[in-house]
Amino acid sequence: MAVSQQRRRYHWRKALTGYAFISPWLIGFLAFNLIPIVAVFYLSFTNYSVGSEYRWVGISNYERVFERDRIFPISIYNTIYYTFLAVPLSITFGFLLALLLNTKVRGMAYFRTIFYVPSIMPVVATTMIFLWLMHPQLGVLNYFIRGVGGSPVAWLTSPVWSKPSLILMSLWGVGGGMIIYLAGLQNIPEQLYEAATIDGAGVLRQFWHVTVPMMTPTILFNLIMGLINSFQVFTQAFIMTGGGPLNSTMFYMLHLYNNAFSYFRMGYASALAVLFFVTILVATILLMRSAKFWVHYEVD
Amino acid sequence: MSIESRSTRQTKLTITVMLLVGGSLIMLFPLFWTLSTSLKTIDQLMLFPPRWVPSPAQPRNFLDAMTVLPFHLYARNTMIIVGFNLFGSLLSSSLVAYGFARMRFPGRDALFIVVLSTMMMPYIVQMIPLYILYSRLGWINTFLPLILPTYFGVPFFIFLLRQFFKSVPEDLADAARIDGCSELGIWWRIMLPLSKPALAVIGIFSFQTHWNDFLGPLIYLTDANLRTLALGLYAFRAIPGQLPMFHLLMAASLVMALPVLLLFFFAQRYFIQGVVLSGIKG
Repeated sequence: MAVSQQRRRYHWRKALTGYAFISPWLIGFLAFNLIPIVAVFYLSFTNYSVGSEYRWVGISNYERVFERDRIFPISIYNTIYYTFLAVPLSITFGFLLALLLNTKVRGMAYFRTIFYVPSIMPVVATTMIFLWLMHPQLGVLNYFIRGVGGSPVAWLTSPVWSKPSLILMSLWGVGGGMIIYLAGLQNIPEQLYEAATIDGAGVLRQFWHVTVPMMTPTILFNLIMGLINSFQVFTQAFIMTGGGPLNSTMFYMLHLYNNAFSYFRMGYASALAVLFFVTILVATILLMRSAKFWVHYEVD
Repeated sequence: MSIESRSTRQTKLTITVMLLVGGSLIMLFPLFWTLSTSLKTIDQLMLFPPRWVPSPAQPRNFLDAMTVLPFHLYARNTMIIVGFNLFGSLLSSSLVAYGFARMRFPGRDALFIVVLSTMMMPYIVQMIPLYILYSRLGWINTFLPLILPTYFGVPFFIFLLRQFFKSVPEDLADAARIDGCSELGIWWRIMLPLSKPALAVIGIFSFQTHWNDFLGPLIYLTDANLRTLALGLYAFRAIPGQLPMFHLLMAASLVMALPVLLLFFFAQRYFIQGVVLSGIKG
């Protein structure tokens, strides 16, 4: 009796120590995640603006988003355009590159480094570099294009080319995804390939029936993270084009930023943030649900 | 037969090497062009066809670029922010990770799932309420909003360290417990010294994140004297009416990228390890 009481006290003390250790995160989670999320929902029903009184305005922010905000549909279109090209392209190139860098060639470590380095560049520096590469008159990219007989491209100054230009720039950082695929490829057990060879499977069938299935968990991870990041594309457009020309790079995040920090319509921007949150949540859940149809999990 | 298969192998190798070299040239070209531009005189910027190797080379550009705007100030500001974040992320994330890895308490696994899900939380959602909170506290134009949150643990780092701590044999800690060592003592004297590689990964990630950060400083620092390097570079580009200053802009971009590149070359192993760990959890 006394022993079990003592033991219980001991367990309680251990549990309390555990809570003490994670308490920084618990407090931080409440202060920087949970409460702000509740607050953003609340704010989206107010006309909050910096330095003035605010009041409850019901759903009028949301009405405005869908009925009167001319930029909103444009920003959705631009963001989807960007995401639906940039994410699949970066997954495809990253994966192919990883296959290439997984072969046995002398000096491979150097090649891996070269392909990886652009992805660690500070994004502000990268945007400056591409502003110069893509300069319509003095840019070296147009020099190359003329060299092969093409006509110069207006890149970031053309509403048609501005989004493809940003996508092209994002592909310079493809090494970040590549390195994750490379690790995935190296984790595939050699026996699987040996078994496939014995069963008479050629290189192509081995690729489709061993490599690709084994890589699907990594692809799912990169797909979800790529989606979340692309939906929030901001810095490149903010610095390089400011959303222009003709709103062709006015992405969702830029539109939200402008409302919150240029026009100080915090309540309205909160409504935009809530819509974003719900969209990301639904997209992530759908992707994870879809996993059982195409992602292969090892059972060990 | 064997000769033929040997020749196809040779062809394959040749194609692979050609792809590798071609790809490398494409990836390296922007960096090469940045370096080349940063050493040019202003009239060489406008030459057509472009001059690949600057002649005359003008290394003074780097000095000019750094003095057009007070970049030494921006570098100092950046280092303050980066330094405090480095310390905070190592301290708090390892404490929290120890709790999740080694303590037993009700709700632990559920809470850890919450940690994992906050890793995917888009910043855009919390941004406005946090901005309002900080501005009420009078923290706009201070470094506090850019430093403080790190001291409450960074979910991704907690995840990485928890994995690492779990791989440390429990006997070591048990032996220390018998000798009367407290949990805090075990964390400090046994776990941290054994986890140097994992801590290095986190340190590098933390450095890179805050060195490169743009949106945070953009929102919270409007005073020109408080600018970070990222904001300074942005301000440099926005100086109106000064057409091609690209030689100086490229010099400044290189200066900003240099610490990250140097860190990469000296600690490549840890970089790759961290990235790889981040991908495998999927």
